[in-house]
Amino acid sequence: MTESTHDFTLDTAAALADDEEGAIEGKSPWYLAWRRLRRNYVALAFLLLFFVILAACLCAPLYKDHVAHTGPNTGHLGESFTRDGKQVLIVSKGGFGPNGEFTAGGIPVGPQLWHAGGRYVLGADNQGRDVAVRLLYGGLNSLAVGIGSAIICTFFAIVFALLAGFYGGATDWIISRFFDLIWAFPVLLLAIALGTALSINGFHHFGININSGSLWIPTLVISYVLIPYIGRPLRGQILSLREKEFIEAATAQGASPWRTMFSELLPNIASSVLVFFTLIIANNILTEAGLSFLGAGVQPPSPSWGTMIADGQSRIATAPWLAIIPGILIVLTVLSLNVFGDGLRDALDPRAKVRMER
Amino acid sequence: MITFLVRRLAGAVLVLIAVSFITYLIFVKIPGGDPAFRIAGRTATAQNIEDIRQKLRLDDPFYQQYWAMMKSLFNGTLVSYSSQLNVVDQIKSGIPATFSLCIGAAIIWLFFGVLVGIISAVTAGRWSDRVITVLALIGISMPVFWLGLMTRYAFAQGHPFAFMPDGGYVPLTTNPWQWFTHLLMPWWVLAILFIGFYGRVLRSNILDTINEDYVRTAKAKGLPYKRVMVKHVLRNSLIPIVTLFGLDFAAVIGGSAILTETVFDLKGVGWYAAQAVQDLDLPPIMGVTIYATFFIVLFSVVVDLLYAYLDPRIRPT
Repeated sequence: MTESTHDFTLDTAAALADDEEGAIEGKSPWYLAWRRLRRNYVALAFLLLFFVILAACLCAPLYKDHVAHTGPNTGHLGESFTRDGKQVLIVSKGGFGPNGEFTAGGIPVGPQLWHAGGRYVLGADNQGRDVAVRLLYGGLNSLAVGIGSAIICTFFAIVFALLAGFYGGATDWIISRFFDLIWAFPVLLLAIALGTALSINGFHHFGININSGSLWIPTLVISYVLIPYIGRPLRGQILSLREKEFIEAATAQGASPWRTMFSELLPNIASSVLVFFTLIIANNILTEAGLSFLGAGVQPPSPSWGTMIADGQSRIATAPWLAIIPGILIVLTVLSLNVFGDGLRDALDPRAKVRMER
Repeated sequence: MITFLVRRLAGAVLVLIAVSFITYLIFVKIPGGDPAFRIAGRTATAQNIEDIRQKLRLDDPFYQQYWAMMKSLFNGTLVSYSSQLNVVDQIKSGIPATFSLCIGAAIIWLFFGVLVGIISAVTAGRWSDRVITVLALIGISMPVFWLGLMTRYAFAQGHPFAFMPDGGYVPLTTNPWQWFTHLLMPWWVLAILFIGFYGRVLRSNILDTINEDYVRTAKAKGLPYKRVMVKHVLRNSLIPIVTLFGLDFAAVIGGSAILTETVFDLKGVGWYAAQAVQDLDLPPIMGVTIYATFFIVLFSVVVDLLYAYLDPRIRPT
């Protein structure tokens, strides 16, 4: 290959604009973004995957009542179920078999798929709890924490960014120093510190009462520690938007600060917010898993994907499915959000990235 | 330049003070109830509790309490609630393992992150770029502790291989070869996430830089492709990577490698913090948090200076 065959020009913005010249007239930016997203089948497929996982987790109570017939925290130690007409112990007793061979005790039954009539589809854990039921309820908790903290975090980041960017001066200084302060902490350690401190007695200050086992603790902790990660870039965007003519025009027309912030500035950062929101859910699910794995997130016996992996860690030699299955679900969920978030960013702002697909 | 440095360092000290104060609030004020009672542990006598109350000056005003706590941390008398071991000594004994893990992993992730970024940018749109993009996305979507568990299961516990040592840390001074083999899996597990991330950042940086005017100029001058790529494109695309690397490295040194250390039983600083979490033992977490913040603040100053050195446009006057 000679050096001249290398091509410097990739998909430049100009080339993209040429491509869409006919369609560009009279269409809103949102419509154009949707047109680009619609053609990105990979991103849409992964969005579908995310919704399938979400829907499956939302169906957890149905699965519990009508398929598995056991709750997420109900142990079945010493019980057995029928498989192909034979009695199978849910958690093995151990000891010497009829031929004198020794088996270790406490090993839960492995994935049964549909051979046990819907029970123990993905096996049991060491306390005889149905892994499939726990997986769905755990997913519900993980997704609730992930999405909940993303909503709270994005909301506060937008408010702080708007206030700091619009008012500038002292307001900006205070908010920026607040961001700096959280930024100076190592994210995971701060989250662990807060999660641990709060899981002792819960939070009972300023008239707010949160009990120690509550899902609100990991949700609020994660949203708090990640505020500057969204707030800082948004503040930067608003600072530059603030100098634009349309803000001057709004001010000249006598628009109140409130109106300027919410109907002039906010729509202009909406596309960034949307992308950040998608990617931060993925990030939060990973953070929640890490916190729960260390015991500073969702508190047992409540399941979450992170706590399930932590439970499975010590039994990986005899019951590997306990750690493998929740991990695969985390990877699929986070991957689906990351791929979709990427596609969304490309669709909303084609000039920020050189597009790969044509 | 000197004023810039002085201002930056003064800011760093202020941040450290503020962080330690917040950490104090988190641990002493948020949990509620009597801190002395919690510090004394489950088997405390009334005398123990009274001693702690005296030592931490819990009957004194707020700022004096904070001052007493900080003093006990910095003169090295802060002890853990559950094991009664000295926090500062424990952190010090964890440093070799943490530094070995982080420096090794950092070399791997920087080298492969840059390599992956260059390959995928130069071949943008072709199959190699697509494969790398997919792998990078999978890499950043995996929980690091789960990846650690799986590699241990697959390569150290005989499913299907067992040729790697299964967790634990061997000091470099004891046996360099054992040190290396014990750290090989943790290095990669910690590095994978960053490789994916850096590769993606560098790829988009390079693709942005390629469209800059000065690159077109260099090309129009008739400079060879390789020279334009290395001298003009790569040099400028790497500047943001320097910032990222400084902050990420500070974070992992400061204990963000906590999950990797826990999974691989590397008795480093992060592992120590993780143990403390399990015992709801607050002083070690507080000590590690302040230790970590020190590195983050320090490296952010270093990064600022390096940035100013590499990119004259933002050099302060």
